[in-house]
Amino acid sequence: MMSFMKGRVLVVDDDTALAEMLGIVLRGEGFEPSFVADGDKALAAFREAKPDLVLLDLMLPGRDGIEVCRLIRAESGVPIVMLTAKSDTVDVVVGLESGADDYIVKPFKPKELVARIRARLRRSEEPAPEQLAIGDLVIDVAGHSVKRDGQSIALTPLEFDLLVALARKPWQVFTREVLLEQVWGYRHAADTRLVNVHVQRLRSKVEKDPERPEIVVTVRGVGYKAGPS
Amino acid sequence: MSGDSAASAPGRSGSRAERPVGRGSAGSRWGRLFEGGLLQGGVQGSPVLRLLLRWVRRPLLPVMRLWRRNIQLRVVATTLLMSLGVVLLLGFVVIGQVRNGLLDAKVKASQSQATGGFAVAKQRADEAATGSGTTGDTTATGTRTSQNVVEWMNELVDSLSSGGQGAFDVVTLPAGQESGGARGPRASGDVDPNISVPQDLRDRLEHSTTAAQSYTRIVSQHNDQEPQPALVIGKQVNDPNGDPYQLYYLFPLTQEEKSLSLVKTTLATAGLFVVVLLGAIAWLVVRQVVTPVRMAAGIAERLSAGRLQERMKVTGEDDIARLGEAFNKMAQNLQLKIQQLEDLSRMQRRFVSDVSHELRTPLTTVRMAADVIHEAREDFDPVTARSAELLADQLDRFESLLADLLEISRFDAGAAALEAEPIDLREVVRRVVSGAEPLAERKGSQVRVVGDQQPVVAEADARRVERVLRNLVVNAVEHGDGKDVVVQLASAGGAVAIAVRDYGVGLKPGEATRVFSRFWRADPARARTTGGTGLGLSIALEDARLHGGWLQAWGEPGGGSQFRLTLPRTADEPLRGSPIPLEPRDSRRNRGLNDAGLPRGTGAKSATVPVQAGGRSGAHASIAPRTAQVAPTADPTALPGNGARVVPRPTSGARRPDGPSAAEGTPEGRSGRPDTAARPEDSNTSGEAFRGR
Repeated sequence: MMSFMKGRVLVVDDDTALAEMLGIVLRGEGFEPSFVADGDKALAAFREAKPDLVLLDLMLPGRDGIEVCRLIRAESGVPIVMLTAKSDTVDVVVGLESGADDYIVKPFKPKELVARIRARLRRSEEPAPEQLAIGDLVIDVAGHSVKRDGQSIALTPLEFDLLVALARKPWQVFTREVLLEQVWGYRHAADTRLVNVHVQRLRSKVEKDPERPEIVVTVRGVGYKAGPS
Repeated sequence: MSGDSAASAPGRSGSRAERPVGRGSAGSRWGRLFEGGLLQGGVQGSPVLRLLLRWVRRPLLPVMRLWRRNIQLRVVATTLLMSLGVVLLLGFVVIGQVRNGLLDAKVKASQSQATGGFAVAKQRADEAATGSGTTGDTTATGTRTSQNVVEWMNELVDSLSSGGQGAFDVVTLPAGQESGGARGPRASGDVDPNISVPQDLRDRLEHSTTAAQSYTRIVSQHNDQEPQPALVIGKQVNDPNGDPYQLYYLFPLTQEEKSLSLVKTTLATAGLFVVVLLGAIAWLVVRQVVTPVRMAAGIAERLSAGRLQERMKVTGEDDIARLGEAFNKMAQNLQLKIQQLEDLSRMQRRFVSDVSHELRTPLTTVRMAADVIHEAREDFDPVTARSAELLADQLDRFESLLADLLEISRFDAGAAALEAEPIDLREVVRRVVSGAEPLAERKGSQVRVVGDQQPVVAEADARRVERVLRNLVVNAVEHGDGKDVVVQLASAGGAVAIAVRDYGVGLKPGEATRVFSRFWRADPARARTTGGTGLGLSIALEDARLHGGWLQAWGEPGGGSQFRLTLPRTADEPLRGSPIPLEPRDSRRNRGLNDAGLPRGTGAKSATVPVQAGGRSGAHASIAPRTAQVAPTADPTALPGNGARVVPRPTSGARRPDGPSAAEGTPEGRSGRPDTAARPEDSNTSGEAFRGR
């Protein structure tokens, strides 16, 4: 089960009723929610609360959710789950590209929300000492670091998980659905755009030339696999 | 009797009867040939004739196309041809006049000259006859007499011809069949006497004593000179002995011919000049009119390609300028209207997006609250607990309804975007089938998948395809009366297809099209066991359309139904057919049963959905799905963008772009199409439709 210390959630939402309801549900599941309703104050609240996860509504007064997401991502790799009312591709992709790890479309069921939050928090609980190689990268799973020629590359926890999942089985081609299940913790097939966007983000950090990827290789019509090391 | 034979026998006869339908008589073949078949390829005659025609026609085709497409060429060519005709006619008339004038004068002069000559010859002969008579020894020796005649003739020719050196020549020829002797042929100058005088003139002179004339060519005895045109006038006269001989005057027409050829050359030059000039004038004049028309056509094309700011250049105030003004005004209005529509569409999309957000946030709160209450219902009294259950259930329904409505309005606003990538449809089918498993178990039916031994790959949006299939499979299970549901996959040509077949209540006639209508329910009276929104199939149809694919339904009352999704293998390729026939092979009609489940009689014909749909299945019975068939098998029933089977109507010719080509292209198509023609009420109309093309 989840330790309570790992359960601090910052809810950034301007709808007070929804925020309160989210608080009720989260407390019921054993999380410690804190709230902020204004985009301008979100970053200060984030620094103060030091949450383990951020629930972020995309439409906010003041700074909008995308901007807030970018600011948080600039100083922390903390998991960010977006709440969005728009499931259109453009909105979702923009949100994911600004740094969110996952998104959940309103209206959602409490269980669904909790499952997503748990999936995002769970990953940091398995520190097994392990050294992996992918391409010319060296991954220290326990130390949560990726190095190329001794130079460390900063990745968010989600990007790190994605890279580790690929590196653990370099012989296997991962479909987007399998990656969704392994990295995001989705049981049922969900939106594969999540995978696409995060692979792009990952490539922009780890590839020498993101246009011609060598670490995360696309297998057309199937999915992705680790490049030869 | 098996149903198959009942269905196919009239079909075959129908295919044969097809041609005579309409213009049945044998004589009409020629009519058709002249009607434009000759150059447009409609000749029905023997293969040899057709081959010959094609051979003749092929090199002409580019020219014909240019002729049809280029009005300037047509006008200039017509002008050239017509002016050429006029000039030729004029030339012939003028030349005829000039020739008559020239010859008349020459003939008159020649005639008087010849008449004088004949008189002289007669006089000389009379003189010589009396002269020899006075010497008295005519009877003494015949040879001397003939000697004299020879000399006399030579003298006569010399003296007669001396009058007109170069103006005429004199020739004498013996009369009748005799030759040689005193009256042998002789001529002045170096004229060849035998050849230069035409034979028919000689014959004429034999039988008459008057002068006769003819045209001839003077042939020289030396071969180095060209024969000259000449007028010959001849008469039969007597020599001093009283024996007849023929005397000819030959008048060369060289001078006249020279004049005539000069006139001809002049006329031809002038005529050619006039024709070319007229052609050039026509070209210029037509250009003045055609250039703006061509400009208008080009700009209209660009307008229709979406460049709405294109306008015509307008100069002056003539008709062309008015055309330009009207055109520009039209373009202006069009642009305005399109702008308005675009604005509206944008507003609509914005509105939908806003409504979506505004509705969804409170709904999320309500949803969560309801779930919390629902979780805690065990602590409530029964009434409140039941209320909590109802609240949660209906919120589910409300949510899916809202989601579907938003999805539909997104399609309506044109905001739906396709994210196609190559996917294996078997994966999608597997996911959908496993998702439908719990429902199927509850209904007591089983979902079987057929045709998934090999990958069925197509460029498609996995999310949308899955949504469509989930809808179809769930529908099939729900309406399947607990019987099995079969999901069939196939790919052939440039298309892939997934058909979902159930054996439940099926569809009534006409329902195959209506199932795709929004909020349509098969039977309003029937209890709604499931919380379908009534928009599922409409959304599925829109999803299929977005792919450039087809979603079609077939069904028979009590015999179940089949929904078929056909997608192009690559996203931008137009569909030409489907690998799976719309009517399943195990349909009642294909098995030869009528609606009541009895074997079909010959007269069993009802204009119901199954009957209409069945017309096609014969075409595809021979096509085994998943075989490596290279040629795309076009299903004439499959219409782009149409939700359901559409039966051939009188006007269907234009709506069935693949029909005739498929019918001619593949033997299956040939055997298949006339199936519909076999039905008496349809044979005429479909026949007309094909001929009309």
